[in-house]
Amino acid sequence: MATRGKEKIITVLFWLSALVITAILAGIIGYIVVKGISAINWEFISQPPSRAGKEGGISTTIIGTIYLTLVALLIAVPLGVGAALYLEEYGRKNTMFGYVLKLTAETLAGIPSIVYGLFGFVFFVIFLNMGWSILSGGLTLAIMILPTITRTSQEAVIAVPQEYRSNSFALGATKWYTIKRLILPAAAPGIITGIILSAGRAVGESAAVLLTAGSSLGMPLNITDPARTMAVHLYILAIEGISMERAFGTALLIIVLILIINYLANWSVRKVVRQ
Amino acid sequence: MFNRKKYFHYFILGSLLFMSLAVIGCGGSEKKDTANQGQSGELSGSITIAGSTSVQPFSEVLAEEFMTKYPGTEVNVQGGGSSQGVTAVVSKTADIGSVSRELKEEEKAENLKEYTLALDGIAIAVNPANKVEGLTLEQLKNIYLGNITNWSEVGGSDADITLVNREAGSGTRGAFEELVMGEDTISDKAIVQNSTGAVKTIIESDKNAIGYISLAVTDDKVKAVKIEGIEATADNIISGQYKIARPFIYITAEEPRGLAKAFIDYALSDEGQAIVVEEGAISKTLK
Amino acid sequence: MKKNKLSEGLVEILLRISAGASVLAIIIITVFIFYKGIPLIAKVGIIDFLFNLKWVPTNGSFGIGAMVIGSLAVTFCSLVWSVPLGIMTAILMAEIAPPKLADVLARFVELLAGIPSVVYGFFGLIVIVPFIRNHLGGVGLSVLAGAIVLGIMILPTIINISRDAILAIPKEYKENSLALGATHYQSIFRVILPAASSGIITAIVLGLGRAIGETMAVLMVTGNAAVLPDSLLAPVRTMTSNIVLEMGYAAGDHQAALFATGTVLFIFIVILNLAVSISMKAGTENGN
Repeated sequence: MATRGKEKIITVLFWLSALVITAILAGIIGYIVVKGISAINWEFISQPPSRAGKEGGISTTIIGTIYLTLVALLIAVPLGVGAALYLEEYGRKNTMFGYVLKLTAETLAGIPSIVYGLFGFVFFVIFLNMGWSILSGGLTLAIMILPTITRTSQEAVIAVPQEYRSNSFALGATKWYTIKRLILPAAAPGIITGIILSAGRAVGESAAVLLTAGSSLGMPLNITDPARTMAVHLYILAIEGISMERAFGTALLIIVLILIINYLANWSVRKVVRQ
Repeated sequence: MFNRKKYFHYFILGSLLFMSLAVIGCGGSEKKDTANQGQSGELSGSITIAGSTSVQPFSEVLAEEFMTKYPGTEVNVQGGGSSQGVTAVVSKTADIGSVSRELKEEEKAENLKEYTLALDGIAIAVNPANKVEGLTLEQLKNIYLGNITNWSEVGGSDADITLVNREAGSGTRGAFEELVMGEDTISDKAIVQNSTGAVKTIIESDKNAIGYISLAVTDDKVKAVKIEGIEATADNIISGQYKIARPFIYITAEEPRGLAKAFIDYALSDEGQAIVVEEGAISKTLK
Repeated sequence: MKKNKLSEGLVEILLRISAGASVLAIIIITVFIFYKGIPLIAKVGIIDFLFNLKWVPTNGSFGIGAMVIGSLAVTFCSLVWSVPLGIMTAILMAEIAPPKLADVLARFVELLAGIPSVVYGFFGLIVIVPFIRNHLGGVGLSVLAGAIVLGIMILPTIINISRDAILAIPKEYKENSLALGATHYQSIFRVILPAASSGIITAIVLGLGRAIGETMAVLMVTGNAAVLPDSLLAPVRTMTSNIVLEMGYAAGDHQAALFATGTVLFIFIVILNLAVSISMKAGTENGN
């Protein structure tokens, strides 16, 4: 009887922990939605900021965020998918090189973003003389998301049934032809999930971006232009107390963007599972 | 399986890859430079201003107006800090640097060109709810030394003082230390924030806080106390009666040309100085 | 046919380059971070740099002792509450809750992981800091505020990895235990948790790594006084905040000292991660 009572208490505690997690999430998102919704209108999204963000919208930071994320993906996706193919399809996973690469990926994944920021600042901004720019920021972000893309692509490639390969080879197809026509299409949804998740990381990153892409409020056109992302804009608006209303609006838009990214990722995961 | 030769190959191939990226990067900035030199007649191209976060808001508004006046030009404004402004100009990362303190000896050795954009007073700000109206320099110093820790010791209510400081290296902090602290160091118990706005935000929300901020950003959300009975106003700063003040300087690595010259000329013109005054700083040439 | 062979070879070379890119990246990162940081550490002396509590960088006094302890203090306080909460949630999701509900919870956790750190920092600054100032006293910007925000941020890491570890336990373990007459909870505590313990420890260590490395959120809520905190309500500066806070205006040795702070952080995190990777490898080999 005593154990039954004790177990009841434990059950309550377990459910309580889930409730706390839910409450934290709901609290943060709810608070930002309630406070931020009034700041959001078409002007806020379509107009550039003026007077350091005190007035106007945040259009240039939205463009900056998208631009930077795309550049990072453009660099990291071919490298990450290529690495995954090399390891899995060319049988290099169980070599010493494969092991070194695995350790490298795990280490890269654990390095704090501020260290990436410091590195990007000395290497891309100063040493390679790229200045604070979309390019410097994009390259830094690309290294940050490379492990995620490599790992998810590896998982996606592994999941492709072995018969695809043996049948294709039996028909006389070359390795690259098999990869291009059979394996990559079959693995695509899994790879896309990884890309979407990495996009989320790139969108939310602030410390590394601040040190490598700068914080200029201008509209970034060229890849050598500096840019301010939404996350950096939120940081500056909030910490400098420029405009709390606009800070809430920016925070809300970031959360909406993350929600969309999460939804897309889940949607593509479901597609993988169905396959 | 694990041989050195193979690794050497990876290294070479990888280096080639990164070098090609480097070339892309350099190619981009070269293009920018040539654009600057198209100075005969129409202004075009882009320049970057980097440096003091205190000067940043002024540069941003000046850049905005400048770009409207000369379409086809682009002026990028970066923060970073005074020292980074100097570094950026010397390393050619930026065309114009902004500094919110007197240049240091080792910085002057770089043969930089200096242009004083404006003067800025440092206001000693407290929460508007604070009863204290004025402090002597001695009291202020003792507060920042950590010797005075309660507002009642300087005529306020019985509450612990929340001391707010700027980060080491900040131009504002440098100016404050030089003008107020002398040789002594600020108590390390103080909260540290890395921008004028951040300090102001704390003072707005904490009714026991004290901090030093640029007079330019002082508004009715915080209260600037009198120092030695003198109010922090433009007139008192130009006349030299209010002691806690510093210059805002634009610097270039060499004699400015093209767009950089046009921008500096614009900033120092009556039109540019009017903007500076409008944004809250004190013009030397324009009352 | 010959052309085909050539392009096959070319593709393999290209793929090899992409695989080598991350190795190259980590080499360059290490070289540059060390190159910028090590000379100053050597100049100051490693013991002095790590343990000296006096940080007056403009006056040539470079000791990050207060920041090292600050980082550890905030991290420890965040683990104190987020580890039990996270592990309990993981157990609930893996063992107790109906699968559908567990999936919903997993989505929530995913969302928590997706929220960017500046948003957490912003929330902390606007909600948690004033709450602490008004109800618990002090300035609000404090160890406690940092611990709350960081704890929330590392919950997803702890939950996801612990949950995976628990789900990886073979079903027979539990079935055998139940067959021997143990209750569901007795099986959880006596059989499943011990079996999953190495995975759970990994979860905690990776959470710890994340907490130590987190920057923007901590910077926004801890007040950043470079001094040993004497209470939960006192302001504190972490190693990561130190870098962002002072990077803007730092020059010369001061800037080098900030890179050196990054070097220390980098070495610490790399050791932590390698330890996890290697022990995990050892673990799977034992398991096989």
